[in-house]
Amino acid sequence: MSSVTLERPRAASPEIAPPALLRVRDLRKHYRSGDRVLEVLRGVDFDLAAGEFVSVIGQSGSGKSTLLHLMGLLDAPDGGSVHLAGGRVDNLPARQRDRLRNTAIGMVFQAYHLLPELTALENVLAPLMVRHGIWAWLSVRREARQRAVDLLERFGLGERLQHKPRQLSGGEMQRVAIARALVGGPRLLLADEPTGNLDVESGAGILDVLCTLNRSEGLSIVLVSHDASIAGRADRVVRLVAGRVATV
Amino acid sequence: MYKLLLCCRYLRTRWIALASIISVTLGVATMIVVNAVMAGFSHEMQTRIHGILSDLVFESHSLSGFQDPAWHMDEIRRAGGDEIEGMTPTVAVPAMLNFQVRGQWITRQVMFIGIDEATHASVSDFGRYLQHPANRGQLSFDLRDGGYDTVDSQATATEPTRPALEAAGWPHRRMRVERERLWRERLDSERPPSDENGEFASPAEKSAAESGKPVRPIDRQVDAVLAATTETPATEASGGRPADPFRQARPEEGTRMDPATEQFTGIVPGIGLASFRDSSGIDRFLTLPGDDVKVTFPTAGTPPKAVSDTFTIVDFYESKMSEYDANFVFVPIAALQRMRGMIDPESGLASVNSIQIKLRPGADLETVRDRLRKAFPADLYAVATWRDKQGPLLAAVDMEMAVLNILLFLIIAVAGFGILAIFFMIVVEKTRDIGILKSLGARAAGIAGIFLGYGLCLGLVGAGAGLALGLAIALNINTIRAGVEWCTGQRVFDPSIYYFFNIPTIIDPVTIAWVVIGAVGIAVASSVLPALRAARLHPVEALRHE
Repeated sequence: MSSVTLERPRAASPEIAPPALLRVRDLRKHYRSGDRVLEVLRGVDFDLAAGEFVSVIGQSGSGKSTLLHLMGLLDAPDGGSVHLAGGRVDNLPARQRDRLRNTAIGMVFQAYHLLPELTALENVLAPLMVRHGIWAWLSVRREARQRAVDLLERFGLGERLQHKPRQLSGGEMQRVAIARALVGGPRLLLADEPTGNLDVESGAGILDVLCTLNRSEGLSIVLVSHDASIAGRADRVVRLVAGRVATV
Repeated sequence: MYKLLLCCRYLRTRWIALASIISVTLGVATMIVVNAVMAGFSHEMQTRIHGILSDLVFESHSLSGFQDPAWHMDEIRRAGGDEIEGMTPTVAVPAMLNFQVRGQWITRQVMFIGIDEATHASVSDFGRYLQHPANRGQLSFDLRDGGYDTVDSQATATEPTRPALEAAGWPHRRMRVERERLWRERLDSERPPSDENGEFASPAEKSAAESGKPVRPIDRQVDAVLAATTETPATEASGGRPADPFRQARPEEGTRMDPATEQFTGIVPGIGLASFRDSSGIDRFLTLPGDDVKVTFPTAGTPPKAVSDTFTIVDFYESKMSEYDANFVFVPIAALQRMRGMIDPESGLASVNSIQIKLRPGADLETVRDRLRKAFPADLYAVATWRDKQGPLLAAVDMEMAVLNILLFLIIAVAGFGILAIFFMIVVEKTRDIGILKSLGARAAGIAGIFLGYGLCLGLVGAGAGLALGLAIALNINTIRAGVEWCTGQRVFDPSIYYFFNIPTIIDPVTIAWVVIGAVGIAVASSVLPALRAARLHPVEALRHE
């Protein structure tokens, strides 16, 4: 389906510069409200190497969430380009972008964004259900379920498989959301203030999970936060100010 | 896969949507019940119309009819070919039926139909509607010696019996004659024979009494001769005084016949002419088989003259079509032809009004009708199928059914708008979930699919429940009717109007299939707009939605 081929990430090593997994060039985005044009991104350049953990920080309204949405292919930029694993993706047709979003990118949000009607397990399975039609699903169901259960058990939610989101705590919900983001085997994880709604302890737990994923599995992570202390856990910090990258 | 899962989850958790499909359920149920009852009535009516009318009716425009039915039948057979299975001639004239109940005369306007008792049952269901079991096999215009059904032979449930019919026939006739004889003896003993108002005196006796002269034997003989012919001349001959209405119903012993052992020409009136159904559903009979009645009818020729004769009721005809049961009187065709002067004295050929034709099963009525229309001049003969004869009535019922269906379908359409509104609400409520699904890579078509599938599920559930409810009501409608009547004390379905005790229903699978498909279709159609709206939601805005 996709014109973009994705290779398994190699273990990050300081000697050899890893190839850029994600490359953002001169990215622009504005919103129109009435006669006023609100320029959110004014030409952002950004690179993410495979296996890298980057934080994007900035004030509220600096455009960090918009940047994340553009990188996650949820929105189309007004100028500039987004390259994923060497191929340009921001101008692909909707179907291919949907496909990429499902297979190559995992997203975690501040407000968890779990589907309230589904159990924790079903929420984790959702990306795989989206990927497969009904008949294909029947053949991969067992395998998919095993994978989802493994992920949830790994995040300490083995006892919570059949619980609905409203029966879970914030930290647990966010861990379910991370499991959901990972179940499809993505190369890139985009996290939008994943600790924003959590108390310090739970937030630290979530950050530990992300760091572990990055270190042990070489998962490339972009974490957006307004909190410098949280951003400090990343390999590199990118600061956005008024729609531009201030410090690299 | 997620579409199916989410459909099921939304179906289970969004009860408000189920509220919207209750109207679908009710609409479907009502449509099924109404169609079943209307089809039942329509079928019942057609059966009864067809029961009295043969497949094709070949008739003359003139009341005098056409001569030589045998020749016409041969011609019809030649024109109609193999399709024709049976034929019988009939004579139908408007007439007045007079009978006496407790001393007062009741007159009813009727259609007097001369039928050939040997062949008439072969062209229509006529025989099925008679009250004597033997007459149902082969009609005879001779009075039977009792044995009339006291239980309606067409009854399907326990209905009130008709005990009055038990004595009908010769026993009733003998009893009546005996009673009249005793009554007359008492009257005679109480009054002097020369009483001025002597009710039972012959015209000769009466005029003798008035003039004060003794009655001459020759006057008695003249009276007897006049009475034996027709009544009108007798009245005129006796000085223009009104005819004695009892003359023929109670002939004087010795002059003509013994009513206890003999009968007049037999007739079969519709049961509605002789009885009425009281408020408790019991049939009350005004007159019974064995009683004598008078019928006044026009003679053939121009201008027609009214003649009267006395007949004996030998059976009742009950088609349960009140229009027929209160209108038709059947008489032997030969007797009617003779009395109306329809037999040509020179050739001896009789005339008939019409020929009833029965076709082979499966034959196309219209084709044969058109062939006959071509073969006979249209200004002399009319050929019509039984449907043509009752065309306006059948068309009215069809029209009624069509209009009702349209109205009821509008109810389901209104339910569709309810679904539309509620779905828009659900889409707004689920905006964030839609954003989440899009962030997981769900395609726009997939999102639309969730809501279309949801609409389909609601439609199926609503129509399914409506189907079950409708069938339950249609199958038990008479029990429900009884329950409603018991609760309210009102008669919901008055058998005296329809002459059947139970509401007839016919459940047509094709109609039901269309109703269900239509209802599900409306549910899906009304979820299209909300589904499109959901599919077009912008993922980022949807995710931000609170």
